[in-house]
Amino acid sequence: MTVLSARAHSARASGASARGPRGSRHITGAQTRAAWVLTAPFLVVFAAMFLAPLAYSAYLSLFTSQLVGGEEFSGLANYVRALQDPSFWSGLGRVALFLFIQVPIMLVASICFALALDSKRVKGGRVARLLIFIPYAVPSVVATLMWGYLYGTDFGLITQIFHAVGLPAPDLLSPQNILGSTMNIVCWEFIGYNMIILYAALRSVPDDVYEAAEIDGAGQIRIAWSIKLPAIRQAILLTIIFSIIGSFQLFNEPNLLYNIAPNAVGTDFTPNLYAYNLAFKNQDINYAAAIAFLLGIVIMIVSFVVQTAINRRERQS
Amino acid sequence: MTAAPIPATRAGRPRRVVERGRRRSTLLTIIVWITLIYFLVPLLWLFVSATKDNSDLFTSFGLWFGRSFQFFANIGNLFTFQNGVFAQWLANTVLYAVVSAVGAAALATACGYALAKYRFRGQGLVFGVILGSIMVPLTALAIPTYLLFAAANLTDSVWAIILPSFVSPFGVYLMRVYAADSVDDSLIEAARIDGAGEFRIFGTIALRLLAPGIVTVLLFQLVATWNNYFLPLIMLNTPTLFPVTVGLAQWQATASAGGGAQVLFSTVLTGSFVSVIPLIVAFLFLQRYWQSGLATGGVKG
Repeated sequence: MTVLSARAHSARASGASARGPRGSRHITGAQTRAAWVLTAPFLVVFAAMFLAPLAYSAYLSLFTSQLVGGEEFSGLANYVRALQDPSFWSGLGRVALFLFIQVPIMLVASICFALALDSKRVKGGRVARLLIFIPYAVPSVVATLMWGYLYGTDFGLITQIFHAVGLPAPDLLSPQNILGSTMNIVCWEFIGYNMIILYAALRSVPDDVYEAAEIDGAGQIRIAWSIKLPAIRQAILLTIIFSIIGSFQLFNEPNLLYNIAPNAVGTDFTPNLYAYNLAFKNQDINYAAAIAFLLGIVIMIVSFVVQTAINRRERQS
Repeated sequence: MTAAPIPATRAGRPRRVVERGRRRSTLLTIIVWITLIYFLVPLLWLFVSATKDNSDLFTSFGLWFGRSFQFFANIGNLFTFQNGVFAQWLANTVLYAVVSAVGAAALATACGYALAKYRFRGQGLVFGVILGSIMVPLTALAIPTYLLFAAANLTDSVWAIILPSFVSPFGVYLMRVYAADSVDDSLIEAARIDGAGEFRIFGTIALRLLAPGIVTVLLFQLVATWNNYFLPLIMLNTPTLFPVTVGLAQWQATASAGGGAQVLFSTVLTGSFVSVIPLIVAFLFLQRYWQSGLATGGVKG
C-alpha cells in the first residue's frame, strides 16, 4: 500500500503544483457533477463486481450447510475449522516455499537481465529484451501444458535429452519434484515480465548520474549496486508485491499438472486449488468461501508486512 | 541478492571507461543469448511438435521434425475435431478479451481522469478504496464472484466472464497517474474560458492526450482476459461458451486420462501453438505502447 499510495501522493502534489497561478480558482457545480458522472460508471461496476462478491462470500462463510435442513448460521466455525485443517496449512506452506525460493530466484534473474540490457553492452539487446518477454504473452494454461509435456516421460524433451546422453532421466512429475517443476514454469512465465518493469524503471533514471560515476572510475558492478538498484527500489518493491500476490493465488499451474500427475499434486496443493475443489467437487461452498476469504486476508497481511519492513529499512539506511 | 550484479561485473571489469555506454561486451552478449535458449526452446518444441503426427511425437527427437510434415493436417484436425469447436473457442476468446478490454479501459480512463483533474468530496475515500483493491488477489475474488453470480442465476453466460473483467483497479491507478502528468491544467482552464463544457473537454482534448495510456490499459486487460482460466473454468459449463484456455485444458485432461484418447496429443499441441500466435504477434507490433505504458504506470517514482 505504501508504495502505491506514496507515489499517488506525489502525483497528486505534482498535479496541484502544475495548476500554478490558477490554483485558487473556485470549483463550480458543473465540475463536481462532471467528476461524479465520470467516476460513477467505474464505481457502480466496482461495487457490483468487487465489493458485493466479497461481502456476499463473507456472509456465506458464516454459515454451515447441513445434510438436512439447508444452511445454518455457525458464526466463525468455518474459520476455526480452516485454522485446524492440515490441507489448508500444507497448501499455505507450499506457497510460502514459493515465496522464499521461487520469488527470489525469479526476481534476481529479472534484475540481472534488466541490468545487463540496460548497460547497452549486449549485442542485439533490443531483440533479446523482446524474446525474454515473449513467455508473458503465452497463457499460463498453454505454458503449463507445454512444460507438462516437456517434463513427461512419454515424449518429453528432457527425458529424450537425458537418454541421448545415456543418463537415467529424472521423474520431474514425481511428488518430490513437482514443486520445483511448478516453480520453473512460473519463472519461465514471469522473468520477462518483471524484467520489463525493472528495465523501464532503469531507463527512467537520468544517464548523467552513471556518467559522473564512470568518470570517477566506478566499475559497472559498483554502479549497478550503489546507484542503479537504489534508484529503482520502488519498482523492485512493486515486483515483489506482485510476486507475493501471484504466489499465494497459484492455481492454473497446479490445476493443469493435476491432470497429468494426480498423485503428485493432489487436491490441496495450494490454498486456491483447495478452495476450488471444496466448492466444486465437495459442494462445500460455505467452507470454500471461508478459505478464499482467509487466503485474501493472509495475502493482505503479508504484502503489508513486506512493504513496511522494506520501507523501514530504507528509512534507516 | 548477491548474485544480482554478476552480468554487469563481467561487463565492467575488463576495461577502463573511456567513452560512455557505447561499448559492447562479448562475454555479456554470449551469456544473455545463451540464457535466451531457456525462454525459447519450449516454444520451438511446441512448434516442432505441431508438425508431427502422434506416432512421430512418441518416436522422434523433440526439437527436430519427424518423418512426415503434418502441420497442415494437424491444423485441419484441430478445426474439425468435435464439429470445429476450437474455432468457436477462438472466437469466444477474442470476443471476451476485446469487449472486456474496451470496457475496462473506458471505465478506468473516465475514473482516472476525474480523480486526477477534479477536486470533489469523497475523492480521497474513492481513491483509497481503489488502491486497496489492487492488493486483493483476483483469483481469491473469483470464487466469491462465482457464488454471487450463482445466486443471481447468471453463471454459464457470456456476461459471467465479461462483467467481472470490466473492473481494473490497477487500470484506474495507471490512468490517474497518466492523466496527472499528460493533461495540463492550463489547457483545461483555457478550454473552459473558451466556453467548452466539462464533457467536451474530456472527449475532445483529454482523450487525445491520454491515448498512449489508454492503449496500455487496453492491452493489459486484453492479455489478462485472453489468458484468464480460473474465472471461465468455474463460471461456464457449456463447451460452446468456453474460451481457448478452458477448452484446451479440458482436451488435455481427456488426452492424459488415456483410454484410446492418445490421438488427441497432436491436436492439443497444435491447438496450444495456434492459441499463442495472436498475442505474440500483438505484443511484437504494439511494443512501443506497452513499454512506455509500463514506464509510466509501474515505476513512476
